[in-house]
Amino acid sequence: MLQVDGLRVVQGDFALSADFTIKAGQRVAVIGPSGAGKSTLLGAIGGYTPSVAGRVVVDGREITNAAPDMRGIAMLFQDGNLFPHLTLAQNIGLGLRPALRLAADERQQVAHALGRVGLGDFGDRKPGDVSGGQQSRAALARVLVQNQPLLLLDEPFAALGPALRAEMLDLTSEVARDTGATVLMITHAPEDAERAADQVLFVDEGRVDAPRAVADIMANPPEALRTYLGH
Amino acid sequence: MARRTGSVSGPTAAGTVVALILAALVAVLSRADWPVVFGAADWAVLRFTVWQATLSALFSVAFAVPVARALARRRFAGRGLLVTLLGAPFILPVIVAVLGLLAVFGRAGWVSQGLGWVDLPPLSIYGLTGVVMAHVFFNMPLATRLILQGWQTIPAEQFRLVGQLGLSPAVVFRTLEWPVLRQVVPGALALVFVICLTSFAVALTLGGGPRATTLELAIYQAFRFDFNLGRAAILSLVQLTVAGGAAVIALWILPPIVLQTGRDRPVQRWDARGLWPLDAMWIGLAAGFLLLPLGAVVVSGMIGLGQMPSSVWSSTWTSLWVATLSAGLLIALALPIAAWLAQARWGGAEALTLLGLAASPLMIGTGWFILIYPWAAPVRFALPVTALVNAMMALPFAVRILLPAMRQVFADYGRLSAGLGLHGLDLWRIVLLPRIRPQLGFAAGLGAALSVGDLGVVTLFADPEVATLPLQMYRLMGSYQTNAASGAALILLGLAFGMFWLCDAWGRRHVAG
Repeated sequence: MLQVDGLRVVQGDFALSADFTIKAGQRVAVIGPSGAGKSTLLGAIGGYTPSVAGRVVVDGREITNAAPDMRGIAMLFQDGNLFPHLTLAQNIGLGLRPALRLAADERQQVAHALGRVGLGDFGDRKPGDVSGGQQSRAALARVLVQNQPLLLLDEPFAALGPALRAEMLDLTSEVARDTGATVLMITHAPEDAERAADQVLFVDEGRVDAPRAVADIMANPPEALRTYLGH
Repeated sequence: MARRTGSVSGPTAAGTVVALILAALVAVLSRADWPVVFGAADWAVLRFTVWQATLSALFSVAFAVPVARALARRRFAGRGLLVTLLGAPFILPVIVAVLGLLAVFGRAGWVSQGLGWVDLPPLSIYGLTGVVMAHVFFNMPLATRLILQGWQTIPAEQFRLVGQLGLSPAVVFRTLEWPVLRQVVPGALALVFVICLTSFAVALTLGGGPRATTLELAIYQAFRFDFNLGRAAILSLVQLTVAGGAAVIALWILPPIVLQTGRDRPVQRWDARGLWPLDAMWIGLAAGFLLLPLGAVVVSGMIGLGQMPSSVWSSTWTSLWVATLSAGLLIALALPIAAWLAQARWGGAEALTLLGLAASPLMIGTGWFILIYPWAAPVRFALPVTALVNAMMALPFAVRILLPAMRQVFADYGRLSAGLGLHGLDLWRIVLLPRIRPQLGFAAGLGAALSVGDLGVVTLFADPEVATLPLQMYRLMGSYQTNAASGAALILLGLAFGMFWLCDAWGRRHVAG
């Protein structure tokens, strides 16, 4: 479960306020125009952007001021999700142990995660030697071993083509189901939300609307969302 | 967010450097004769220091402009090699270059011999001429690279337009080249001026006497010949004020120093098609001025290799470990400082590292001699102090090499690392060191080469038993064993370039994607 209570983030002359609750295991698409504050919202929840007021609670534990790695959150960014000088297996292993000294059973976990995302034979490759889609799969394999209650996606698949992106969204849903994680994903495409989300958070000019079911909001979009979608 | 890498070790390392310099300064102050008396001889030293630095800066930049212009608008076989060669003087031991310059321009050098055949008197390059010539040898290439880099910021499209419109070289100069030159030249002048202000080895070997003594040299003489700590202290203070003041002023107008080679892409130029003989002359002059002395060192060094006393080999070994220790200290100081500055919100942090350029190695050496003297024989600390002072002198360069790469790592992978809980040593081992390996190798190589070729602090401390290779070479030159000195010069040349190449190659191996 994710609870955001009266959260307020100020960056220069931009301010974001958010107040909402997401039930455990829900997949939520965060939609809104550029500069509306989507990345700021995820950055604040992830612990990368300081907030001036409010609370963030994940699974009943307050994490408002916790370090990014102590928040029960796995996050994928637009780029730079893998270290290029480490093998895929090492990159995934970092999700288990930051010191990268893995015990035998942890190695097995990494191998299993690689197999789960269809990269069984690619553990020794480096990110530069595999395709963009395979890099995304490796990043999702790390999310799998991190096994955190909340997963934040800041458009990690934006550079992929439509077919590959759909594939990755499906894989994300599978990973979230395996780990039981709640998912918050930024997207620009309404079809992504319809494919891989249960609810939509609409963000506009620093305001975050209450989450609504995807089918409901798409059938009956508020004025600002209609303008954004161009309907 | 709270735990920043190097937030403790960075200030500690920087604080250590500042403390070492301040301790030396305090020690020097404690021995100065108060009130300070600044005699006529001291004024002459100060005048000469400023005058030779001014001339060196003017000649270096005046020579550099046409050479850079020629290199910017011509493409020829070996151009890349020549541009790379322009970076070589930076790691070339000063005393090796001096020997090369003497072999070409000295009283018994090639040019003087040629003059002798047509019954003209031989050249003499001791004194102001030699000091300025050696400074131009070292700094003209630096200025050329700065100007070349400046002109390379002009987009290639603009030169395409020049070709299409058929603009004359004069118009190209006025509209494209001059605006950049006007920005780069003051910085280049300031940088060369500051470097020459604290030059010691050149003045030691080519200067001297009442008419050609720099402040650094005067400190050395007061200390070494008269053991007049009071006078050495006063001269150190003057040096600190003059060089520090100049460095502060230079900070305002300094261009960013790019030490890395490569990234040199010649632009297709359509202007100045008919002026190639002029450009060829400038390029030939520059190449000859740089290559002839180096060639002379190699040729006479081969002859001299067989005539060296065994002391050359023992001092080669000494230099090797001093330089290795110095490079290690340099990296141990530079890494935490760079990591700290890379995450600092204060932009002026980077500029601060340049102030280190103003600290005089001889002042620091004098200070530490005074501090050690009551407790132990300073000679026993000659080599460790040399390694440490060398590391501190190379620190501004190392930090400036590491800082951009470090900033990039934090920008690209800072959030990912934080999210995965990579902190402290794990962050260094798994992320930072592998990502900055090329810059690390380059900085370590630079530190090793600068240290191995340094003839500075060690001259204050050393006794006949202990000598680094440059000091040994200086002694051989002083006792007119020119062949042996040439052999030592060749070994020193190989050592400096070899150590640099080794570190740099280590850094470039397995460059991660």
